[in-house]
Amino acid sequence: MKTDRSPVSPADAAIGPKPPLRRFHQASWDEPLLFELGSPGERGVLVPEPEVPLDDTLPDGLRRAAPPALPELSQLHVLRHYLRLSQENLGVDLNIDVGQGTCTMKYSPKVNDQFVRDPRVADLHPLQDERTVQGVLEIVHRLEGLLKEISGMDRFSLQPGAGSAAIYANVSMIRAYFAARGEPERDEVITTIFSHPSNAACAKTAGFKVITLYPDADGYPDIEALKAAVGPRTAALLITNPEDTGIFNPRIEEFVRIVHEAGGLCAYDQANANGILGITRARDAGFDLCHFNLHKTFSTPHACGGPAAGACGVTAELAPFLPTPTVEFDGERYHLDDDRPQSVGKIRPFHGVVPNLVRAYAWIMSLGADGLREAAEVAVLNNNYLMKKVLEIPGVSAPYAAGRRRIEQVRYSWEGLAEETGVHTQDIGLRAADFGTHYWTSHHPFLVPEPMTLEPTESYSKADLDEYAAILAEVAREAREEPETVRTAPHRSTVHRAREDVLDDPATWSVTWRAYRRKVLGG
Amino acid sequence: MGVHPYIPNSVPAVKAEMLAAVGAADVAEFYADVPEAIRLGRPLDMPPPLRSEAALVRHVGGLLARNTSTRDALSFLGAGCYRHHVPAVVDEVINRSEFLTAYAGEPYEDHGRFQALWEYQSLMGELLEMDVVNVPVYDGYQASATALRMAGRITGARRLLLVTAVAADRLSKIDDYVRPVHDVVAVPVDASTGLIDLAAVRAELAAGDVAAVYAEAPSASGIIDPALTSLADLAHGAGALLVAGCNPISLGVVAPPAAYGADIVCGDVQPLGLHMAYGGLNGGFIATRDEERFVAEFPSRLFGLAPTSVEGEYGFGDVAYDRTSFALREEGKEWVGTAAALNGITAGVYLALMGPQGMREIGETIMANTRYALDRLGAVPGVEAPYAAAPHFADFTLRFTGSRTSAEVGDALLEHGIFGGVPLSDTDALYCVTEVHTKDEIDRLADTLQEIVK
Repeated sequence: MKTDRSPVSPADAAIGPKPPLRRFHQASWDEPLLFELGSPGERGVLVPEPEVPLDDTLPDGLRRAAPPALPELSQLHVLRHYLRLSQENLGVDLNIDVGQGTCTMKYSPKVNDQFVRDPRVADLHPLQDERTVQGVLEIVHRLEGLLKEISGMDRFSLQPGAGSAAIYANVSMIRAYFAARGEPERDEVITTIFSHPSNAACAKTAGFKVITLYPDADGYPDIEALKAAVGPRTAALLITNPEDTGIFNPRIEEFVRIVHEAGGLCAYDQANANGILGITRARDAGFDLCHFNLHKTFSTPHACGGPAAGACGVTAELAPFLPTPTVEFDGERYHLDDDRPQSVGKIRPFHGVVPNLVRAYAWIMSLGADGLREAAEVAVLNNNYLMKKVLEIPGVSAPYAAGRRRIEQVRYSWEGLAEETGVHTQDIGLRAADFGTHYWTSHHPFLVPEPMTLEPTESYSKADLDEYAAILAEVAREAREEPETVRTAPHRSTVHRAREDVLDDPATWSVTWRAYRRKVLGG
Repeated sequence: MGVHPYIPNSVPAVKAEMLAAVGAADVAEFYADVPEAIRLGRPLDMPPPLRSEAALVRHVGGLLARNTSTRDALSFLGAGCYRHHVPAVVDEVINRSEFLTAYAGEPYEDHGRFQALWEYQSLMGELLEMDVVNVPVYDGYQASATALRMAGRITGARRLLLVTAVAADRLSKIDDYVRPVHDVVAVPVDASTGLIDLAAVRAELAAGDVAAVYAEAPSASGIIDPALTSLADLAHGAGALLVAGCNPISLGVVAPPAAYGADIVCGDVQPLGLHMAYGGLNGGFIATRDEERFVAEFPSRLFGLAPTSVEGEYGFGDVAYDRTSFALREEGKEWVGTAAALNGITAGVYLALMGPQGMREIGETIMANTRYALDRLGAVPGVEAPYAAAPHFADFTLRFTGSRTSAEVGDALLEHGIFGGVPLSDTDALYCVTEVHTKDEIDRLADTLQEIVK
């Protein structure tokens, strides 16, 4: 120990206050591509050697001529590569991820991840004898029961792989329903521009013509346009409520009635039902079908873009058309019923994304009826609180329904700031990445100019929301005072702006290493 | 309702402070637009919650205890979902919070997922010998269905010929999905050999208006049909494309479909490091040559490599985004949405670990085990392997010629702690072995069958 040091006062040990915004820098390993790592002969994992003679029945034309040109890496180096990439990815667990409006993920509890890693979920084969899978069938059956109560619907299928697949399943059921009724001329689907694009795209894929309603001056889908659109060719209305604007459509029952009177069905896109759990239900407004995203409303993780899970709910009248099989309970045993002659058949293999069904079941059970309602009410409180904070930033507005409350999300506009500074919403979102978060603008077309869609859910604290609003305020200040900082962002993220033009030109786009090698490296 | 650990602002004082900040007396004010007539007006009728983590673990654990996993039995189930060894590093990587909980952000703050998925595309590209591979769609059924609709858009023709054995469930999905624009023609295989009936395929092609010839290698019966190598010329001669499904874990040994002329290749990544999860973990790959007429028809995201403003830095982004429903709603190709990205990353980690030697060795071991099982089980009195002459990979058909049906044989095996194959008919069932089966385990199945069927 040194003895000649100068005296230290307690004041010297004081660290001082944190700055208002965190001094964030994302991990940036400058990690090479996997194909540039390792060396010939290295092994990542060994496989069991055959104990029996090799098979030589493959004819030459069906035997692989040369080994695949995969990289060769030792185990540690594979692990290290992917751990570095994981650090270059900003998971929801790490950031204030309220900027994915319409589809912000809530906290996905770790205990539920433990359940799905249990071999009695992870290592079940989907075609095992029903006697050996009573537990998982019971979970699926119980989850269906909970969703029935939450929606008011009579039956559910938990088979679809995600929300858009659930929309497609609903559209397929609508098609089968009218075919069974001898009304194949019903070939039009009506949706709204503020409903997810998959409503329009799935309907088109299933063979329907698509009619899109635009908002009236108050932001509600135009009811006069709906009246003009319905008729003997109307198959269904696919609509969400509240829409992307976060404004609840108080005339939703009337929308449903207009379509029903024209002989059509109504499907409620409840991918995001986060703000209205325990408040109002699809069936209470007269809907015939609905769907939930279990990865949105019921906490399963988004996993970089799936696996997710979708749940389709229908009335008794439409239940015969649900995907097959359904899970039934005879009072003693759970079993799979695939004797369903009017079913649309399979939407995906087997029984759905079972790990996420387990997670969603556990999440609902950990909250119960009061907890679900609390989640909804706090999500809405958080949203209205965040709206108050965001609208204090000069240059931001919340188009439509001025002065009214919103439900779970708001589509804001930076139009004012953009007109004043020439800095656009995409730039602002990228600059937010320098502070450890980001946001999503909107689906196309940008009906709200310079859009930003925020949804806080119930998972984020008041301090989180204050920090997020402070980041946006700081970026808005920069847009006015040092716009180049924003236009050239990100600066403290993993990488810098990429040249997007090379991704749209067939001569230069490279979807794989082999294409890059051939087209760009010239060999 | 007390404070819940998942809801920070359920603390009453915080709630009151936030309500005051927005000038609301009560959260009820936020629901002013919800008409009384459609309000629930009562609490949801649900079981009491398990608010403590310990209580939840006890409850869910009790339910899971009623399952028997394939670790606690000897399973010969395959038929589209396969038990392979999942390397520890795969689970370590994909359970990382950063990957598991990420949404689907921009190429900047989510650079890692863009690179991992681009590398997945690239690894699959090497395995498939194709230059374009998608960010995965939901599963292999969806990949087949979309690949066929892509072929339809490219050729403008209506009929789809399915020429190998195709699983009934996959056929159901394809039927439902292509219905508005295509007619599906399942060309039966030869009943005695299980092989493609080339004469019947030629006759259907001659009838015209064919968008695609669709074949699987291995087929739903596990057969790698020697006639696969004739299909591309036949299809192309009739103006159709060859769409081929394959099991990616076979491709260290079996030729990739591109090598015998397939135009669009599809399948499921489940065998590549994904747990079976009661059939819940899948990812559909679709691969083509790097031609604009193919690329333009993908509905999926396609990630591409691009330079950034810093020399030597790898950037990523979407290739030809303006074909997707995100950009164009119903004018895009089919639709795109949350699908199976993490399962693609999983398959990428698996392929990175396996490398070229691992893929060759695992293919050899599986084919050796399959052949041994065909020979050994087919020699049991009362059991036949009717298509044993054909090359097989993992799945194979057994026929029970005694008094017990295939389902009854399965029931009897279960009493011995063995999960037998999937019944296909009264006499036939589809059994499966992979690299995880030992010779002793196959022998044990043979010995048990010998007792049961005699």
